[in-house]
Amino acid sequence: MKNVIFYTNQFFGQIGGEDKAYTEPQFHEGPVGNANAFTEKLEDAQIIATIICGDNYYVENMDKVKAFIKEKLEDLNFDLLIAGPAFNAGRFGIACGDVCSFIKKEFNIEAITGLYEENPAVEMYKKDIYILKVAKSAAGIRKAVPLMAGFANKLLKGEKPGSPKEEQYYAKGKRINVFKEKNGAQRALDMLVKRLKNEPFETELEISLYEKVEPAPPLKDLSKAKIALCTTGGIVPFGNPDHIPAATAKIYRMYDISGKEGLKEGEFESVHAGYDPVYANKDPNRVAPLDALRSLEREGVIGSVYKYFTVTTGNSTSVADATRMGTEIAQRLLDDGVDGVILTST
Amino acid sequence: MNLELRKIHIRDVVFSNINRIENDTLFLNSRDLVELVMEDKRVKNVHFDIAKPGESVRIFPVKDVIEPRAKLDGEVFPGVFREQMDEAGKGITYVLSGCAVVTTGPIVGFQEGLIDMSGPGVQYSIFSKLINIVMTITKEDYVDPHEHEETVRLAGLKIASYIGKIGIGYETYEAECYEWENIGHKYSEYSELPKVVYIYNCMSQGLLHDTYFYGRDTKLLTPMIITPLEVMDGAVVSGNCVSPGSKTTTYHHLNNAVIKECMKRHGKEINFMGVVLNPLMVTLKEKYRNCMLAVRNAEMLGAEGVVVSQEGFGNPTTDLMLICQKLENKDIKTVIITNEDAGSDGMSESLPDSVTEAVAIVSTGNSNATVMLPKMDIVIGNMKDIEKTTGGNVESIQDDGRILVEIHGIMGSHNLQGNTFLSAETI
Repeated sequence: MKNVIFYTNQFFGQIGGEDKAYTEPQFHEGPVGNANAFTEKLEDAQIIATIICGDNYYVENMDKVKAFIKEKLEDLNFDLLIAGPAFNAGRFGIACGDVCSFIKKEFNIEAITGLYEENPAVEMYKKDIYILKVAKSAAGIRKAVPLMAGFANKLLKGEKPGSPKEEQYYAKGKRINVFKEKNGAQRALDMLVKRLKNEPFETELEISLYEKVEPAPPLKDLSKAKIALCTTGGIVPFGNPDHIPAATAKIYRMYDISGKEGLKEGEFESVHAGYDPVYANKDPNRVAPLDALRSLEREGVIGSVYKYFTVTTGNSTSVADATRMGTEIAQRLLDDGVDGVILTST
Repeated sequence: MNLELRKIHIRDVVFSNINRIENDTLFLNSRDLVELVMEDKRVKNVHFDIAKPGESVRIFPVKDVIEPRAKLDGEVFPGVFREQMDEAGKGITYVLSGCAVVTTGPIVGFQEGLIDMSGPGVQYSIFSKLINIVMTITKEDYVDPHEHEETVRLAGLKIASYIGKIGIGYETYEAECYEWENIGHKYSEYSELPKVVYIYNCMSQGLLHDTYFYGRDTKLLTPMIITPLEVMDGAVVSGNCVSPGSKTTTYHHLNNAVIKECMKRHGKEINFMGVVLNPLMVTLKEKYRNCMLAVRNAEMLGAEGVVVSQEGFGNPTTDLMLICQKLENKDIKTVIITNEDAGSDGMSESLPDSVTEAVAIVSTGNSNATVMLPKMDIVIGNMKDIEKTTGGNVESIQDDGRILVEIHGIMGSHNLQGNTFLSAETI
């Protein structure tokens, strides 16, 4: 027999309506309120406790409520938490999403809820937890309970959940590798033939559109500007002391270049797997032109060259890692009073 | 144009003092093979091993994989060795299927990969299911990286065609017959079927990023119409290009999965009008030029639908997207094949470039995903180099001998001609 914890609000927990929205969290043994609708649908599992909290209290005291939940559940042996469903209710939706993702992170136990697609909590929490697709209002409870309970049963039995479409949950946006029955070329031709017949087809990857980076306004006075040299071309001190990988780098490094007139062959080299490195190794300035920056510095065209040179390998690095590294680098440069950056790629 | 492929199904490969095939077993005299490779003075030494499916063997760092082939009259891989060359794609070609020549030896660059002959790595590589004739080649000290790559590439092709010739005259084979008519004939023969063109992207970007067409570096070519049959005869040869997972080896070119599928459906579901070979160049200007010309060539062939295959990732994604956008804007329905770099947790956006017109995509998997591969009894090559190659890093080799790699690092794992069963889904 598996054990399930249930979370609900003042209304579905049968404490009261909006006037009870400041109810502090309560812990009850066994199912209370709409938890009862789930008990008979769960297979070989029981609801051992119900947590009820007023919606206003939750959203205004999120950390307090979570501390309460942690304390109550710490010594309990449970396998799953079910929250809601919260339909299109804003505060209740956030409470459900927040409780579930807290349980997932804190206890590493699966936690599910049910929300309407326009509930803002869907976007906030879908990447962390399973959120099942339910109707806009509580009138949809009859459909929501079997859907959520059915999915709960699958998780409790340790079965691998089907696709978001099959199970009717909001995709977490996580890409996982799978092996198909047909190879890629066969699938490509299947898809093309469908398109040529004007039949419905399904792409295997939805395209994402990226935010366009607006160029910063031009520097007013270059002759006073501190310019930093950055590259994704994988130019590192010879021997690659910090082991920056040839591809999929998740790290960047900053190297002191003060006193250096340029990047010399034998002192620096390329470790980037995405281009022919022979010419870069012969003259690393070809990828990271420190020599040119130094002459501009001498001529007074630019004020100075920032003391550190920043490098990573931009090769198969995920957009998420690239964004994180870019943010960190930019912050460091801002902190050090850098005015402009020459960023080279390969 | 007619081509007959005589496929001999090799069931075993053994070293012997003769070179012949008997009862589908290939006997090889490794001394002859060594002598042949040593003709190139740039080679310091070479030796051969045989690695069979199921064995506790890991091969690394692999540069190229080549299927042994030979022509009854003429030369396979035309334009590579001799000045005079035969037009590929006609006549009779012997294929030793079920086996392959694998080139390995000290690392050239960062682009070489891994083949496991047993364990969980097997499901990621078509090469794990072949009997591999592995050539470990070491260059003379004075040989620079570009010549190193060339030395290994030519040695692989030489050995593959030498072994292919052993098949000539062997009588147990399966014949596959292909014909390729001129465009006018094709147009009228299946005028009721939708006309499909294949745009065949190939890397053309320098050391370990090159492709050769009749021996010519494809950097020197603009997009051109070629026949699928000449591809089967070795007109397109790998310059050991690109990261292991997305590498189009010579084996992949010879057995191009998109061509195979188009030929299979020709005259039934589609009218396969032809192939456009498109070099993927370094600079944006060259990308714009080549993508424009590739699309124009497809248009000239009357394309109503196009499949675009890919090689590499990152900047080539721009070529892929440009081609897709231009085709869709001309009302030509397009399916593109790509891998994904969705991060090791799968939570990142998958591609470094995108256009809204790319509505039909086949994914060959998230190459950033990692896999733990068990320790093998035998390593042919040198595992230490994994630290420097795509898919590996300084933490790849575990204390107990296991290897943690991104599937990037496995040869052909997410082959962008779709010669893999790997894909990815969103959960």
